[in-house]
Amino acid sequence: MSILVFIEQRDGKVRPVSNEALGEATRLAATLGGPVVGVCVAAADPGLAALGAAGADEVLLATHEAFATYDPPGAVAAVVAAVEKVKPAVVLFPCSATGRDLAPRVAARLGVGLAADCTALAVDGGKLRATRPVYAGKAFQTVGFTATPALVSLRPKMFEAVSRDGAATVTPLAVTFDASAPRAKVTGFTGGGGGKVDLTEAEIIVSGGRGLKGPENFNIVEDLAAALGATVGASRAVVDAGWRPHGDQVGQTGKTVAPKLYVAVGISGAIQHLAGMSSSRCIVAINKDPEAPIFKVADYGLVGDAFEVVPALTAAIKKLNG
Amino acid sequence: MSGRASKYATPVTDRKRGLHVLQVVCIKQVADTETRVKVAADGKTLDPAGVTWILNPYDEFALEQALRFKEAGAGGEVVALSLGGAGVTATVRNALAIGADRAIHLKVDAIQPDPLQVARALADELKGLAPQIVWFGKQAVDDDQSQVPPMTAELLGMPCVTVVAKIELAGTTATVEREVEGGREVVSVPLPACFSTDKGLNEPRYASLKGIMAAKKKPIEEKAVTLAAPALELASMAMPAPRAAGRIVGQGVEGVTELVRVLREEAKVL
Repeated sequence: MSILVFIEQRDGKVRPVSNEALGEATRLAATLGGPVVGVCVAAADPGLAALGAAGADEVLLATHEAFATYDPPGAVAAVVAAVEKVKPAVVLFPCSATGRDLAPRVAARLGVGLAADCTALAVDGGKLRATRPVYAGKAFQTVGFTATPALVSLRPKMFEAVSRDGAATVTPLAVTFDASAPRAKVTGFTGGGGGKVDLTEAEIIVSGGRGLKGPENFNIVEDLAAALGATVGASRAVVDAGWRPHGDQVGQTGKTVAPKLYVAVGISGAIQHLAGMSSSRCIVAINKDPEAPIFKVADYGLVGDAFEVVPALTAAIKKLNG
Repeated sequence: MSGRASKYATPVTDRKRGLHVLQVVCIKQVADTETRVKVAADGKTLDPAGVTWILNPYDEFALEQALRFKEAGAGGEVVALSLGGAGVTATVRNALAIGADRAIHLKVDAIQPDPLQVARALADELKGLAPQIVWFGKQAVDDDQSQVPPMTAELLGMPCVTVVAKIELAGTTATVEREVEGGREVVSVPLPACFSTDKGLNEPRYASLKGIMAAKKKPIEEKAVTLAAPALELASMAMPAPRAAGRIVGQGVEGVTELVRVLREEAKVL
């Protein structure tokens, strides 16, 4: 048996979530058996041989001019062709924007089950068990699979990439699909704020809530985020009030995040917000109200006025970084 | 299956334009986002005691957009399609009160069918309806799988754009923006097509009193469906491990030095 991994690339660069999936594939291969095979859909080879160092034994590469951007029918055809070729026990996808869109299509085409946005995988009596958050992380469910291959998408930042010696063999993969059929075509990209790291992939997040009193005061959160190299998030209350765009929202109707450091500024900690950020490695809460529920999930709390504390913290971080 | 089935299965034709403009909005009843989740006695599912049931929040954006397109001149009909047990009628009625013209309720006994089972049942029904647009919320806020929209589209062989943050229609081509990491992809797609909607796409309307009254007279077609065999086996559901108790490191500006120290030395995150 083998483990197949969808290698996501954008603009000719392999995305880090692919390395996380390869890392988990090497751990699964240790119990289920290898090899670890990648499948990549691209206009040209984005340097796939280097993925040997991330755990891939071989990478199948499907190329077509339509693959310069995400092309669902082509990507589905490529992954299905790879499944037919290597007959894997498990297929892993990153649960990124692309993975969320692609994996269910592949599952439908193959008629097999998919467990999406998983946070842990285990092998129990030779069978894969996938654990995944439900109700935005208020609970976790564990599922098994009734058919092979088992399809799984992995939540970003939850699985460790590996580093080893070696290069992967890159093998061309022939794909047949009707490039002229009616389809959704990517025609451009917008709103990319200067290479900003997405909340779901950020190492550090600084989020602001209603305690900031108005959208004009978010600059203190932005300054702290800049000092920390962090991405700015927001609570539902301030998004609903129109202070911040929806893309910034952390919580049940926003993004579920798992950074190494999460700083909540002026956020009381409504249950739907806590659900979205409580798997962060370290949580810091800054709030005026010592009774705020956010302090129950925070590792470190600072009780005080955000307008005094946050600029002082920003200055301290800047000093630390020289 | 009721005797009314044949009456509603025919695609609607807009007589003025000679166009067939049917929009179907797939909706799901879910537990309110304020729910304190408890595991039921079966160890696998949500304990329904005390839960308030609502229309999935992301589906509200889908329904709103369908109504806006209809009102902006597409005309035709907006049909709400829902799969679930007998208890989902109130949510289906709510969709009618908000503005859907009629509804189809695919009745099942299964408590928590998996996404492929749902997508297959929806696709079977949608094939007979032949809609111009199939709408979904980007995910249901209960199982958070976000699988049913692209799965259903794949089974139907229809183009599909997921996580739609903006959409404009010109003739039979939609220009769409979808949220991806670090920005938005701009996507062009010909109709008929499927879309799954994100928060921020529009400001959904509430059901008006007039709408609630009108909804009482709008038809809900109930169809018993038999689901395909499951593709996933639900083994268990559990509450997350509680986080280790944290501590207050200080008060006001004086606490900043201690906070920076613990972040460096204990948590090692700076």
